[in-house]
Amino acid sequence: MDWNFRSDLPIYSQLVERIQQAIASGALPPGTRLSSVRDLAMEAGVNPNTMQRALQELEREGLVYANRTSGRFVTEDVSRIEAAKKARAEVLVRGFLEAMNKLGCSHEEILALVAGKKEEDNADS
Amino acid sequence: MPILECKALCKRYGNVQALDNVDLKVEPGRVIGLLGPNGSGKTTLIKLANGLLTPSSGEILVYGEKPGPETKAVVSYLPDRGYLAEWMSVKQLMDFFADFYADFDRDRAMEMLLRLNIDPSMRVKAMSKGTREKVQLILVMSRRAGLYLLDEPIGGVDPATRDYILETIIRNYNPEAAVIISTHLIADVEQVLDEVIFINSGRVVLQSSVDEIREDKGKSVDAYFREVFRC
Repeated sequence: MDWNFRSDLPIYSQLVERIQQAIASGALPPGTRLSSVRDLAMEAGVNPNTMQRALQELEREGLVYANRTSGRFVTEDVSRIEAAKKARAEVLVRGFLEAMNKLGCSHEEILALVAGKKEEDNADS
Repeated sequence: MPILECKALCKRYGNVQALDNVDLKVEPGRVIGLLGPNGSGKTTLIKLANGLLTPSSGEILVYGEKPGPETKAVVSYLPDRGYLAEWMSVKQLMDFFADFYADFDRDRAMEMLLRLNIDPSMRVKAMSKGTREKVQLILVMSRRAGLYLLDEPIGGVDPATRDYILETIIRNYNPEAAVIISTHLIADVEQVLDEVIFINSGRVVLQSSVDEIREDKGKSVDAYFREVFRC
C-alpha cells in the first residue's frame, strides 16, 4: 500500500480511505486477517493510536470486524464492500466533475472525452 | 494518574523567565511533540522533569512524585548533547547502562545496533557525530521505561536513520508509557505523534492532538507551527 499522506487532512481519515481502497479493489480480499495495529502502524509510519482509530472507524462502517481472540478481519459481506466502493467512487466522480466544470467543460464534452480516452486505452492494450 | 504533570510551574535563571506558569498533563500511551522556537523553554522543561533543575515555583510531578531517585528509575532521558564517556566502547556502555538501570534491555539494544551497522567493540572516541547520536538514542530507547524524554533526538542523523528511529519509537510503543520528543523537525515526526505541545517564551500556547489541528486548521502541524511562530 502507498502510505504517503497529504498534509491538509487528518492522518486517521487518510488511513481509513487507504484501507477502504484496498478492500474495495480486492487488494485485501474478504475474510483477510489484518496485521496487528502495531505492525500496520509501523508499515504506515504512523502513531499506533491513530491506526487504532482508523480501524475502529472501519469497524463502525462494517468493512472490518474484530474477533476478540484472533484479531481483525476484512468483512465477508460482499454487498457491504460493493456499497463502500460505490460511495467512494461517487466522491471521486463528484470531485472530477467539479474540476471539469471549473475548466468550463460541459457534460457532453466530459462524456466525449471519457469515451475517447477509453477507446485510446483499449487501442493501446 | 498522569505520567507527567506540571502545576503553575515556573523557572527563572536570574532575570530570565525560562518557564512561566506552565500547566500540563501527559497521560500514558501518548507520544507527544514538544515544539517551540529556540529558547522557548523546551530543554528547561525536560531538565525539570529529570530533576536536573529545580522549579523556582510551582510543581512538576512524575507519576505523582517530585523528581528524585524513584522517578529517575522510570524516566529514560536523551540529553540534547553528547554525554557518553569518550574512552568507552559500545559494549562497555551497555554494561554501564545495565548496572545503572534495572529496566535496560540488552537484547533490544543489540538488535538496534546490528540494524544500524554499529560495531559493539567501537569506542565513542572513534565515532562520527551521527553515530554517537545513534548510540545514545539506542541506549535510551532500550530501557523499558515509563517516560521517555527525548531532547532533539533526530537533529544530527541522516534521513534513513531518522526513519528507522521513528519506526523504533512505534515498534517499542507501550500503552503504559509516554514519549516526549522535543524537536524543530516537525514534518518528520508529525505522523508518529498523538499530541503536540506548542511552547513559546516559557508558556504553553497549545496542547492539542495532531489530527485535531489538521481537522480544524486544514493544514499540517508543521504548517500551523510556521504560522503561529512566524518571525
